[in-house]
Amino acid sequence: MKTALVKLSDLRRGARCIIDSFTDDVMKQKLLEMGCLPGETITVDRFAPFGCPMAINVSGSTLSIRVDEAQSVIVKPLA
Amino acid sequence: MQLSDFPQTEPSSRQVKVSLVGNPNSGKSTLFNALTGLHQKIANFPGVTVEKKTGYAKIYNSSTGKPTSLEITDLPGTYSLYPKSPDERIPFEVLCDPGDENHPDLVILIADGTNLKRSLFLASQVIDLKIPAVLALNMMDLVKEQGIDIKLDELERRLGVRIVPVNARKGIGLEELKQAVISELHVPENDIFETGPLAPPLLKKIRSILEMRSDYAALQIAHHRDAISGFHIPDQQKKEIEEALATHEFDSIKIQSFETLERYKVIHEILQICMVKAVDDKPSLSAKIDKLMIHRFWGYVIFLGILFLIFQAIFTIAAFPMDFIDQTFTGLTEAARNALPKGVLNDLLVNGVLAGIGGIVIFIPQIAMLFMFIAILEDSGYMARVSFLMDKLMRKFGLNGRSVIPLISGVACAVPAIMATRTIGSWKERLITIMITPLMSCSARLPVYTLLIALVVPSKLIWGVFNLQGIVMMSLYLIGFLAALGAALSMKWFVKAKERSYFIMEIPVYRMPRWSNIVYSIYEKVRIFLFDAGKIIIAISIILWFLSSRGPGQHFNEITQQIDQLSTEQNIDQEALNKLEAQRLEFSYAGHLGHLLEPAIRPLGFDWKIGIALVTSFAAREVFVGTMSTIYSVGKDDGESKTVRDKMQAEINPETGQPRYTPAVGWSLMIFYAFAMQCMSTLAVVKRETGGWKWPIMQFFFMSALAYCSSLIIFQLMK
Repeated sequence: MKTALVKLSDLRRGARCIIDSFTDDVMKQKLLEMGCLPGETITVDRFAPFGCPMAINVSGSTLSIRVDEAQSVIVKPLA
Repeated sequence: MQLSDFPQTEPSSRQVKVSLVGNPNSGKSTLFNALTGLHQKIANFPGVTVEKKTGYAKIYNSSTGKPTSLEITDLPGTYSLYPKSPDERIPFEVLCDPGDENHPDLVILIADGTNLKRSLFLASQVIDLKIPAVLALNMMDLVKEQGIDIKLDELERRLGVRIVPVNARKGIGLEELKQAVISELHVPENDIFETGPLAPPLLKKIRSILEMRSDYAALQIAHHRDAISGFHIPDQQKKEIEEALATHEFDSIKIQSFETLERYKVIHEILQICMVKAVDDKPSLSAKIDKLMIHRFWGYVIFLGILFLIFQAIFTIAAFPMDFIDQTFTGLTEAARNALPKGVLNDLLVNGVLAGIGGIVIFIPQIAMLFMFIAILEDSGYMARVSFLMDKLMRKFGLNGRSVIPLISGVACAVPAIMATRTIGSWKERLITIMITPLMSCSARLPVYTLLIALVVPSKLIWGVFNLQGIVMMSLYLIGFLAALGAALSMKWFVKAKERSYFIMEIPVYRMPRWSNIVYSIYEKVRIFLFDAGKIIIAISIILWFLSSRGPGQHFNEITQQIDQLSTEQNIDQEALNKLEAQRLEFSYAGHLGHLLEPAIRPLGFDWKIGIALVTSFAAREVFVGTMSTIYSVGKDDGESKTVRDKMQAEINPETGQPRYTPAVGWSLMIFYAFAMQCMSTLAVVKRETGGWKWPIMQFFFMSALAYCSSLIIFQLMK
């Protein structure tokens, strides 16, 4: 079964997903260097109060990322 | 290349240059401190306000006993050699420009053992530059705790560099690391990630122009076309590289992300063989602590509590050592005045130089206190949480989550607060924070507010509970805070960002702060303040001393002679002396300046007396009270605000026949002191932190203009 692709910023707290692709070249480079590689699993750890930024767990570390930055990350949600 | 040749042939004359390279939060600073101790110096990298820490170490070969001197530069933490901020630009420039003054003979790579994949990404980039390297594998305690098994021999073979497991916090493995650094280091033959095929003719060409050892270094040059002009290589070579780049096709962004993905693939393969990780699904201790620390309600309560603690410390606790310093300097001044023969030199030394030094040293307790807290917050990992909690709120004002701590500290003193903005990564956000922090009402304004409130605000109760004077005092603080936010909002549009701003950052695991790191941090900040900002402060206080103690013309000299005569008499007529002192100030250069200023400040309701006080309070705002005491011949020694207040209250404005200090004048003056940039120490620190006079001058004019206009409006409306 094929799951639809969504933006990382659309996920809720606790959701898990797999990184698919990026829509912003420069942001992509930054994220890749920090270990957000296509195929890696992301867990949405929490959102900061007022909804931004969000904390995500990816390949063993916790990253803080603004919602508008997370919009450029396309992910495949896991059930 | 055999690196150990250098120190062994010339044991004392040559220092081996070492660069320390690693990710943020990898324990780089801790390792740097452990390697160099207090043999450090801090400066800025040329052209940018990125802190450059250089340390020195002497290492004795464990078998031969021969010493090797190292000059270790701590490069700013980065995730890759592709710079995205001025901080990250430094590692690239130092490592890739062979002519850079800091270009290393060898590199110590530091890797976080619990996040090996990402650490090795940067490490492999540096190794591929073919600079001799040793890899310090840090956080070995956590590695064991998390059940990670790293096969060091195999990893060493795959990467082609020596690996030394260390625990920088506990100092474990340091001796082995030092011995490895001075051992014979070989550069691996093969690339970890083979770069050559990415752009074969171009890389070959660049390599031949610069006689480079590695394809990867050539690739870095190709990527950073705009940086080449700043390289320290002959112009002819620059020209040839430009020509090569113009004739060959090269899609930088595509190749960067291709390399990143492929490099990670190689690292993934290496780690599949070299690392076994036990599956661990338990939430970590940090995750548990964070349930509370960044909770949407308790998170703010805790943060407020921490801010309150910091504020109390720099306001209340620091007052004790500050009083002590104040008394010591008063005693010293008195002793120097009496011990040295009378004359200009005595006066200059006592009232110019000593007063200036006293004015600098007085800041040390507050700086030390604030940086103790900031070092604890940084070292423990809490600072990243502060950013996380505050980012959304602060971003609306063009500020950063980390701007909160400087702004709040600014209520005690802008000097340490501005030094604390170094923790803000984005230049634009940091600059705005620096520019607006002095608008927060600092403790030096307190004596001025106290005097003026007592003068023009009646002490009566509102609703039976609140004292009106207290309410006015609080609203002055609030006005300062609102002005700071307003200024931030407008600067958000004016200041151009040098680079695209990212927020993405790592939230590190909590760690117990290391006392040694805290001590180093305090020591560094105090030293920077004393020697960098201190020079400017002394210079300005000598100028101010000159202005207020010298004057043009015969009349000034006559007054001075009378004062000298009077003060040598047996029974000193204090009242007459005070009057003469007041006259001397009026006819000094500062007094002339006050008269000169009068037409300009009359619309604000100020006269020449206030004009003099405005000039002299540039040394520090609280000097206003002392100057007023002198002008109203109260005398410096018993210059209690109460007596000055009485005299000021009794003064009649000859033009109106009413009291000079009407509520309109008082309010105008209070607002002026709330907004005006009247602090040479702050300007000196801003110059240091922004790397030039441009921003402090802008700050001076923008704050003065704000103060002038606001006071003008207040006075014209109230009079």
